[in-house]
Amino acid sequence: MKKLVIYLMADPETPELARAAVEGGADIIELGFPFSDPLADGPVVRRAGERALARGMRTRECLAVLAQTHAVVPDTPIVPMTYASLLEAYGWERFEQDVQAAGGSSMIIVDLPVDERPELRRVQLVAPTSTDERIALAGAHTDGWLYLVTVTGTTGARGEVSSALPGLVERTRRLVSAPLYAGFGISTPEHARSVGALADGIVVGSRALQVAEEGPEALREYVASLRGALDS
Amino acid sequence: MSTTTSAFGTYGGRYVPETLIPALDELEQGWRDALADDSFHRELHELLTTYAGRPTPLTLSERFAPGKRIYLKREDLLHTGAHKLNNALGQVVLARRLGKHRIVAETGAGQHGVATATVCAKFGLECVVYMGEEDMRRQRPNVDRMGLLGAEVRPVDFGTKTLKEATSEAIRDWITNVETTHYLIGSCVGPAPYPELVAELQSVIGREAREQHLAAEGRLPEAVVACVGGGSNAIGTFHGFLDDADVRLVGVEAAGAASLGSGRTGVLHGARSSVLADEDGQIADAHSISAGLDYPGVGPEHAFLRDSKRATYVGATDEEALHALRDLARTEGIIPALEPAHALARARELDAELILVCVSGRGDKDLAEALVALERL
Repeated sequence: MKKLVIYLMADPETPELARAAVEGGADIIELGFPFSDPLADGPVVRRAGERALARGMRTRECLAVLAQTHAVVPDTPIVPMTYASLLEAYGWERFEQDVQAAGGSSMIIVDLPVDERPELRRVQLVAPTSTDERIALAGAHTDGWLYLVTVTGTTGARGEVSSALPGLVERTRRLVSAPLYAGFGISTPEHARSVGALADGIVVGSRALQVAEEGPEALREYVASLRGALDS
Repeated sequence: MSTTTSAFGTYGGRYVPETLIPALDELEQGWRDALADDSFHRELHELLTTYAGRPTPLTLSERFAPGKRIYLKREDLLHTGAHKLNNALGQVVLARRLGKHRIVAETGAGQHGVATATVCAKFGLECVVYMGEEDMRRQRPNVDRMGLLGAEVRPVDFGTKTLKEATSEAIRDWITNVETTHYLIGSCVGPAPYPELVAELQSVIGREAREQHLAAEGRLPEAVVACVGGGSNAIGTFHGFLDDADVRLVGVEAAGAASLGSGRTGVLHGARSSVLADEDGQIADAHSISAGLDYPGVGPEHAFLRDSKRATYVGATDEEALHALRDLARTEGIIPALEPAHALARARELDAELILVCVSGRGDKDLAEALVALERL
């Protein structure tokens, strides 16, 4: 069965939203720890991060939300996603230890390519611009699954699924045995269906954040629509 | 745990999304090839001489600081009015070698944006410059110049609305258009190889200044002083004197944007360096009357020079810079930009007599802002 990863920004409401996402059929929760200067993110995630920071969501508060969310959905892996500056400030090893202690499963550091601190266990990312050599390197170091960035660009919903994806999946399959989950620009059940036909899972971020603003019930329905499309 | 070591100790690196790594590899290779290619050096030298107006003079100021001999390296006399053109010309020659036809840049004070718009006009390249709305307000003449030169200035209306956000947006544009676009970064910041590349292109300042000072005085200055925002004019000036152990190197930051003086180790815009950040690694807002120094980060080589004690870094307040700007205008007939006015403010108080200061740009762009602020003093 194809995996469905839903991104939520760490906030006091996250545990409730995560429960709704899991009830709707999410397999993994990606939990954003907000950063003031998120280079890889488009406007929706950037604004959600700004709001979370304005509400005081710093590293310790995010770890607390991680623990609370883990308590609510104990069988669902939760993967923190953030930027290197937070780890530099908190301490790289301490961050890794405290994420594990709070119930996190691995992490994603979006501005830490595989050659920087390769020993830090994390889900690696590859992009359409990645060379075969870099894809193989990321595959060798990745923790559990490999994140395929479907577009040359930042996060955010797009009208069509990236035309770069089939080629990226094909190249990566030849080089990497880990499951491949594709993200960036996936927002509708139609996208979910077409990407699910290529990759082993999908990651939905910006659109999920927008729907989450309408509350848990809306998020549950939205996630269920993606789940249905993936399973069809 | 290990950190990738670079030419700058544990500072520097490539803290960017994977999407950009192949482009940085390509840039690094292109840069190494260019450095080894005489035709690159000839083309750049020709442009710097016949287009930009190098070498710039070294002027002895006689009335600004009585009792001292302060030599001014006159980057304010360079075409477009600031040292930024040294870097823009070098990078545009490199971008053409790499086959890129679209240029994206960030700008704070607008000097780098103008330099970039200028070289793009000269070579017929598409040019997009990101600029914070607050900086567009206080540096209006440069916004108009970029427009006249054919560049598209894209306002950045979130966050601090200054150089920090403009840089983030320029990098996001580059992530999106990386296959056709060269990111012409304006300072010695960003992911490798940019800090090293920009320092090399700006080091023409220090090489010339050292020779000119030796010719004028028969010896080297006791101290070399330059302002530091991202730090490109300072690094270019310092590079001329790094091996002269007796020459003190002094960088002057804006007191409200002292990334080296009051910052901590952090990661911003692709590099590990000294940044203004809170204890959680969230980047703090910088505050300076000078848009060019109003940046919470600094080039990784400066952090390295600070730690190794080869250079020292001090601060100057808005008021001190304004006084220095007015005093240089009235004693020497030179109106400096607000950025080098910070360097001038510290230089005249330094416990040294023979001093070289980089006047990194001219003050025309700052007149409206500076005159109002001087009224209030």
